[in-house]
Amino acid sequence: MATMQSLDIRRRSASTEVPPQVRQSAIQVAKLIDVSKCIGCKACQAACLEWNDLKAPIGYTDGTYNNPTDLTPTSWTVMRFTEYEKGDDLEWLIRKDGCMHCDDPGCLKACPAPGAIVQYTNGIVDFVSENCIGCGYCVKGCPFNVPRISKVDRKAYKCTLCVDRVSVGQAPACAKACPTQAIYFGSKEDMIVHAEHRIADLKSRGFEKAGLYNPPGVGGTHVMYVLNHADKPSLYSGLPDDPRISPMVGLWKGVMKPISLAAIAFAGVFGFLHYITKGPNEVSDTDERKADDLAKGKGA
Amino acid sequence: MSEDKNVVARYTTAARINHWITAVSLILLALSGMALFHPSLFFLTNLFGGGQATRAIHPWIGVVLAISFLGLFLRFFTLNFWRREDTVWMKNLGKVINNEEEGLPELGKYNAGQKLVFWGQSILILLLFCSGIVLWDVYFEDYTTIDQKRLSAVVHALCAIGAILIWIVHVYAAIWVKGTLRAMTRGSVTRGWSWKHHRKWFRQEVKKS
Repeated sequence: MATMQSLDIRRRSASTEVPPQVRQSAIQVAKLIDVSKCIGCKACQAACLEWNDLKAPIGYTDGTYNNPTDLTPTSWTVMRFTEYEKGDDLEWLIRKDGCMHCDDPGCLKACPAPGAIVQYTNGIVDFVSENCIGCGYCVKGCPFNVPRISKVDRKAYKCTLCVDRVSVGQAPACAKACPTQAIYFGSKEDMIVHAEHRIADLKSRGFEKAGLYNPPGVGGTHVMYVLNHADKPSLYSGLPDDPRISPMVGLWKGVMKPISLAAIAFAGVFGFLHYITKGPNEVSDTDERKADDLAKGKGA
Repeated sequence: MSEDKNVVARYTTAARINHWITAVSLILLALSGMALFHPSLFFLTNLFGGGQATRAIHPWIGVVLAISFLGLFLRFFTLNFWRREDTVWMKNLGKVINNEEEGLPELGKYNAGQKLVFWGQSILILLLFCSGIVLWDVYFEDYTTIDQKRLSAVVHALCAIGAILIWIVHVYAAIWVKGTLRAMTRGSVTRGWSWKHHRKWFRQEVKKS
């Protein structure tokens, strides 16, 4: 997407500039995906393709309902189907996967290209494709394995949370298309309240571990799930139990940057100071004479 | 060079060309790598035609450096084995830094500092090459896991900083110790320089002629 002029930016990748702060901060938005209401129809996938002008190449089927089998540069959301067996009970766990819009986005932290990833004040994390250089650092930064690099233009793509729709007061295309209202969209505050009602309902129906997935390790997310087994998120096709930005990324994009530049600057300054205090190491005339003597067979 | 009786041949033309290919590619790699390492240095991508071009070119320069450095390694590694006098030299590093190296043991073609530069860069460039392959998504994206790529990013950055620091030492030593640079620009050094800094090597060269 292009940057949305109607939305202020809270964070901008690889930038040291101070973000605009005068306007009242926007309402935090969130998408709430109620896994227990999802019927796996893939209307959200179709709506995503249509709204975002994406056309995925015809792929293959791996014998499951997962189609396409993974997120791709042209499939920003996919339904992941899991057959969960517990004793005689079989549950079909269906999770709509895609960008979680972390409040502390690892992709943005890792990105080296100024302004290629932005986080708007409403919480949406978006890739600004014209600034993307295709390095794939966002892939390393993401705790959810979401960004995909296109083989066509070597740029990263993922769900935009339909920022172009949201900025004019519309719900994301997937939420609009969902026939069972398993996808809600609104302020994050409202979505949490709504989730609480759904969780209470699920608990009354025997899902004692039902709960909200809004992982604190990444500062919470602007895409949240109501899970009927919230104690084991990984049941849902490997949804991370406790996602956080990898400590390796934290090191690489944190302390290493200033320390490295300081070390290089120190080495340069040390050399300069050494030169002006100790001076150059020069060959004396005595050295030259002794060397000549040796060369002529006279010296030691 | 050897026609001039007052100088000692130190590097062949082939060795010098090999060295300067390595030097230029290392500088270009440092500039393009730093551009993608720290946001305040991103402007350096302009030297390479923008961010995308920098991302695309950097690994190819890395390939040139790897091959070129391998040439230097094969040329010089036998001359860089650690010897007893190197330990003595290192223990007296303070004297060396104070320009008081009289009384230190006579040295072969390389002193301990030069040997450490040689082995340091050899190890770091090997690590940079391996981690760089893992990060080269255009061709190798599918061969490693994301966690391996994360580790490689850290290793690549750490080794690059190490290599840049060693490079600064290397360049500064050439500025500080007068008469050194001509070894790589003209292939020869003066007799006095050889006597002062690498007397054992100088004796061998005199014997040869």
